[in-house]
Amino acid sequence: MTTAPVGAPKRRHTSPGSADRSADRRRRPMTASRRANRAGLAFVSPTFVVVLVVVILPILWTVLLAFQHAKLVDIQGMGLVGNWSLDNFTQVFDSAGFWSSLGTTLLYTAGATLGSVALGLVAALALRKPFRGRGLLRAAMLLPYVAPVVAVAFVWEVALSPQYGVVNDWGHRLFGWDNPIAFLSTREYQVNLLGAHFDIPLALLTVIAFECWRYFPFAFLFILARLQAVPAGLEEAAMVDGATLTQRFRHILLPQLMPVIALLCVLRFIMTFNKFDDVYLLTGGGAGTNVAAVRVYDFLTARYDVGAAAAQALVLAASLMILLGFYFKFFGNKVQEES
Amino acid sequence: MTRKATLTRAQFEDRLFGVLRWFVIAFLAVITVAPFYYMVLLSVKPIDALLLDPGSLWVSAKDFTLSTYRDVLKSTDDGGQGFVKFLLNSALVSLGTVILTLLAAVPGAYAVSRLKFFGHRQVSALFLAVYLFPATLLAVPLFVIFAKLGLSSSLVGLAIVYVAQTVPVAIYMLKNYLVTIPASIEEAAAIDGAGRLQTVRKVILPLALPSLMATGLYVFMIAWNEFLFALLFLAADPEKWTVSLGLAQLSNGVEVPKTILMAGSVVLTIPVVLLFFAAERMLTEGLTSGADKS
Repeated sequence: MTTAPVGAPKRRHTSPGSADRSADRRRRPMTASRRANRAGLAFVSPTFVVVLVVVILPILWTVLLAFQHAKLVDIQGMGLVGNWSLDNFTQVFDSAGFWSSLGTTLLYTAGATLGSVALGLVAALALRKPFRGRGLLRAAMLLPYVAPVVAVAFVWEVALSPQYGVVNDWGHRLFGWDNPIAFLSTREYQVNLLGAHFDIPLALLTVIAFECWRYFPFAFLFILARLQAVPAGLEEAAMVDGATLTQRFRHILLPQLMPVIALLCVLRFIMTFNKFDDVYLLTGGGAGTNVAAVRVYDFLTARYDVGAAAAQALVLAASLMILLGFYFKFFGNKVQEES
Repeated sequence: MTRKATLTRAQFEDRLFGVLRWFVIAFLAVITVAPFYYMVLLSVKPIDALLLDPGSLWVSAKDFTLSTYRDVLKSTDDGGQGFVKFLLNSALVSLGTVILTLLAAVPGAYAVSRLKFFGHRQVSALFLAVYLFPATLLAVPLFVIFAKLGLSSSLVGLAIVYVAQTVPVAIYMLKNYLVTIPASIEEAAAIDGAGRLQTVRKVILPLALPSLMATGLYVFMIAWNEFLFALLFLAADPEKWTVSLGLAQLSNGVEVPKTILMAGSVVLTIPVVLLFFAAERMLTEGLTSGADKS
């Protein structure tokens, strides 16, 4: 008895909101929330089916393939379940190539992520205050990000070429380079600095530089947007208190920007870890740049070893998940506190 | 004493960073514009001029030529590189992807943004989680399925794969826009007797047009620039190559002069760059402002 007066006005409250006549004509009208529930499921199902068919099912199949001896030639006659085995995984873990390629991938990913976010941060700080031509420069700075990767990789390849590249020509003119440097095919480049010899992984560094160049606009856009949302009063107050430029940056801007910087690092890390195009187009995975994604591609197309390719792709995805798990366990809370 | 010291430090820093800022701005301008200038520059030179003086930063009037563009666009039968055909393939795949993606994404985005249905939180998280899975992970099974279905060198198959790659981001973009459309507009339509579908078609979609265009253009860019799946599925059949794939395949060889391929790069780049700047303007224009005066 006591609950009835509470329930009744509630129903009356929800139903006129978006009531339509067709529902009112029925004997027992559905509540608005039930109708929203039905409509929601109906609207979302086409999208869901598409994602299910082209994304989720293929991924599940990768998991199955990774546990089978699957070459492309005999996959025609194969059912969904064949002979289960862990051979692909033992093969993956036993091969030295896999571990070195995982190491390369990590170096490449970390370098490209930090580099592009740092460059984006510097760019956002430099373009923060208006100046003549800022709009034009901001538009131009998005070019590396929107231009097709094949086109820009080709430009870099030609520009860095030892035979006809503009970089080596000017390096010779300005810095007196004796021999042209093959940026994209030199695994170890010997540098003599103050009498000491260093070997630097030149091709890998070049690929990282390309990645930084291509993705710093992405970081720049996010950081600039956040930077313009920082209340001006904070900085003015600090200025009145005598804080210098670097102090204001360190103690006022950076804490404000930290959440977006952390988010960018995670996003770029995920994207770069799985990156295939850039490395494949620039070096083809040679000269110490054999990142895992290129290795998977090689297994798939050069050896037609679908099982091994699937196992590697799976291990790659799992390592990414583990890294992200660590990140959120140790840094996730900190970032939230700072925001 | 200390006050004076901090003041000078503040002044010193202001000056230092005031100067450094201009260096950074100049550096950024150079690194972003120079590669594209170099691309256009090489595309209007004959190959001999490039080999003779690789360091030259301009093109002399007597060297200037547009024959590179003619060569790259002409069909292979006429001794060109057939980029017109590639452009057509790319346009077909990209437009097909845009249409299919929007068809799949609009109802989903509407449902996620408006309707509190059972599991709406999980569904939107699921759509975004798709990005955690690398394209290489998808490449393996799709490669196998397509080989099985005989779709492995067809543009339709490629478009389907692109839809899978773009639906999540399209839903995300559309959803972000749809939540900004006030619910009262929809309620007004409902009071006027419009059903759910009618409301979506006649009220929500026209209001969401800027976002639809921007999302469509973004999807177009992704599809136009995509390389991995085009390489996996179409590499064997030069008739079906997209511009990206065509350029990558031809640049591996030595037969085609680099300046002609540079013209190909320009042809490949111009459509996306134009579309991008069109989309940027569209994104900033809000159509709903003033539609809901309450």
